[in-house]
Amino acid sequence: MELVRNPKDFLAGLLFMAFGIAALVLSHSYEIGEASRMGPGYFPRVLGILLLGLGAVLSLRGLRPTMEPQPEWRWRPLAIVLLGVGTFSLAPWLGVVITGALLVFISSSASQEFRWKEALVSGVVQGVAVVAIFVYGLGIPLPIWPVFVAGGQ
Amino acid sequence: MDIFSNIALGLDVAISPINLLYAFVGVLVGTLIGVLPGIGPVATIAMLLPVTYGLEPVTALIMLAGIYYGASFGGSTTAILVNLPGEMSSVITVIDGHQMAKQGRAGPALCIAALGSLFAGSVAALVIAAFAPPLANLALKFDAAEYFSLMVLGLVAAVAIAGGSVLKAVLMTLLGLLLGIIGTDVNSGVSRFTFDVPELIDGIGFVAMTMGLFAFGEIAVNLEQADRRSIVTGRISGLWIKWAEFKQAFPAVLRGTAVGTMLGILPGGGATLSAFASYALEKKVAKDPSRFGKGAIEGVAGPESANNAGAQTSFIPMLTLGLPSNAVMALMVGALIIHDIQPGPQVMTSNPDLFWGLITSMWIGNFFLVILNLPMIGIWVRLLSVPYRLLYPLIVLACTIGAFSTNNNMFDVWVAMVFGVLGYMFIKLGCEPAPLLLGFILGPMLEENLRRALILSRGDFTVFVTRPISLTMLVIAAGLLFLIAAPAIRKKRQIVFAEER
Repeated sequence: MELVRNPKDFLAGLLFMAFGIAALVLSHSYEIGEASRMGPGYFPRVLGILLLGLGAVLSLRGLRPTMEPQPEWRWRPLAIVLLGVGTFSLAPWLGVVITGALLVFISSSASQEFRWKEALVSGVVQGVAVVAIFVYGLGIPLPIWPVFVAGGQ
Repeated sequence: MDIFSNIALGLDVAISPINLLYAFVGVLVGTLIGVLPGIGPVATIAMLLPVTYGLEPVTALIMLAGIYYGASFGGSTTAILVNLPGEMSSVITVIDGHQMAKQGRAGPALCIAALGSLFAGSVAALVIAAFAPPLANLALKFDAAEYFSLMVLGLVAAVAIAGGSVLKAVLMTLLGLLLGIIGTDVNSGVSRFTFDVPELIDGIGFVAMTMGLFAFGEIAVNLEQADRRSIVTGRISGLWIKWAEFKQAFPAVLRGTAVGTMLGILPGGGATLSAFASYALEKKVAKDPSRFGKGAIEGVAGPESANNAGAQTSFIPMLTLGLPSNAVMALMVGALIIHDIQPGPQVMTSNPDLFWGLITSMWIGNFFLVILNLPMIGIWVRLLSVPYRLLYPLIVLACTIGAFSTNNNMFDVWVAMVFGVLGYMFIKLGCEPAPLLLGFILGPMLEENLRRALILSRGDFTVFVTRPISLTMLVIAAGLLFLIAAPAIRKKRQIVFAEER
C-alpha cells in the first residue's frame, strides 16, 4: 500500500503550502501593526497562515484512498510552446517579422501532428500579419526588421 | 432621470458609428471563438484588452461585452451541428440540439436558439436598466465593513461555482489574494514581494497572468491529445421554424429567460450555471420528460435563452458594486481600471454614458448576432475544419504580443510564461484557475476595506457582524459554504457545475 493515495491533492497541497511559507518568510520584515492600525505585513501574514494551514489539510486528505488517477505530466509540449514565447524577447534585435515567424514555427512543433513545411508557411504568413496588425495598428515600439540589417532604428 | 431618458442617453451613445462598429466586431469575434473549441472568452478578452487602450472606455467595454455574449451564442451553433460545444455554456445544448440536427431539424434548432437568445438578451438588458440604479443607490450607503463582507460573499460564491474540490478552490482564491497585493502598499508605501524588480512595483500585470493561466496552460494540456475533431454536417435545409414548433418552444424561452436573468445577478452566476438550471427546469415541467435527449426543442430553447440572459445580467454586480462575479467580469473590472475608472456604485453617476451606452449596446449586439448567425452558419461550420495545429500557434503569438503591448515591456512576457507553467500544473492537479483570477482582482480592495473598517471600529472585529447589511452578507456566505460542503450537494455539484471560460 502506498502512503500517498491521491497524488493530485497531495501535490496541490504542497504547492499551496510552499506559497504560504514564501509569503510568511518574505513578509517577515514588513511591519504587522495591530487590528486598528494594520501594517503592510498584516494581510500577507494572514494569507500565508491560511495557505499553509489549509494546504496542509489538502495534503493530508491526499493520504485518504480515492479513485483519483495519478496525474500524467507531459512537460514537452509546454516547454516547446514556452520556448516559442521566449523567442519573442529577441524582437528588439531581430525585429517582429522574424521573431513572429520563429515563435509560430517553434510552438507549432509541440503538436503531435507537426508538419514542418506547413508550419514554415504559416509562420511566415503570420509573421507578416503580425506586423500589419500590431506594429502598424497598435503602434508597438519594436523594430520590424533586424536592427543589424536595417542599420538600427 | 427616469429609465426612459437613461435609455435614450444610452441609445445616443450606442448608435454612434464607432460604437456600432465595435459592437459588431465584438460579437463577430465572440461568435468566432464560440465556434472554435480550445479558446474561450477569458483568454480572448485578455488578448484583446491591449487593443482597447486607444479606445474610449465605453467603446472598449461594448466590444468586450460583445465577445462574452457572442461566445455563449456561437458555442450553440457547433453544439447543434457537430455535437461539440464551443463553450461550457453550450454543453447542455448538445443533448437535444444535436439530436434535432440528426433528425434533419437543425434549421429549427438553430433558429429557436437565435430567437430565444435575442428575446432573452433584450429582456436582460431591460432588467439591468430597471434594477441597477436602485442597487447602486443602496451600494452608495455601504461602508468599508459592508464592502469587505460583500467581497467575501463574492469570493465564496466563486468557490461555489468552481468545478472540483471546494478546498482547492478556497486555496486558489487565497493564492489569488496574495498575488494581488504584490507591489507597493498604498497605505505604507512599502514594496511587498517585489524582489527589488522595478516592474513589480505596480504589481503583476493581470493581462499577462490571465494569458499564462488561461491560454498557455490550456494549450499545453490540449496538445497532450491528438486532434480528435471530426466534421459531421449534412446540409441545413430550411432555417425557418414551423409555427407548431415555435408554440412549443416559446414557453421554454420565457422560462429560460427568467431563470437566466435571476441566476446571472447572483454573485458567482453567469451563462453556464443558467443553462444547466434551465435544462433541469424544462425537464421538470415537461408533460413527457422522456422526450428529452431525443430532440426536444424545449431542451434547446430554454438553455440557449438562459445562457444569454445570464451572461448579460452578470454585469449587474460588476457595474453597480464593482464586484466581479466570474472570471470574465474580473477582466471587465480590469478593463475599467486600465481606463482610470474605479469600478463601483459611483460609475453610474460619474460615467452615465458608459453605463447606459453599454446596456443599450447589448440590444444592438443581440440583433447583430441574429444577423451574423442565421445566414452565415455555413461559414462558421467550415471554420471548424481549421485544424488545431494551425490554430494554437496563432493564439500563442497573439497572446505573447498582447502581453508585451500592455506595458511595451518584455517583463510581462516572462510573467505570462511563469503563469503558463503554473496554469499547466493547476489544471493537472485539478485546481480551477478562475477563483485565483477573482482573488487577484479583489485582493487589494479586500485588504483596503478590511483595514478601513478596522480603523473605524478601532480594531474591533465585531463591526462585521453588528452592522445589519454586513451581517446579512456574511450569513449568506456562511450558508453557501455550508451548502457546498454538504456531501449530497457536493456530489451533484461535481457533475453539474463547471467553470465559466
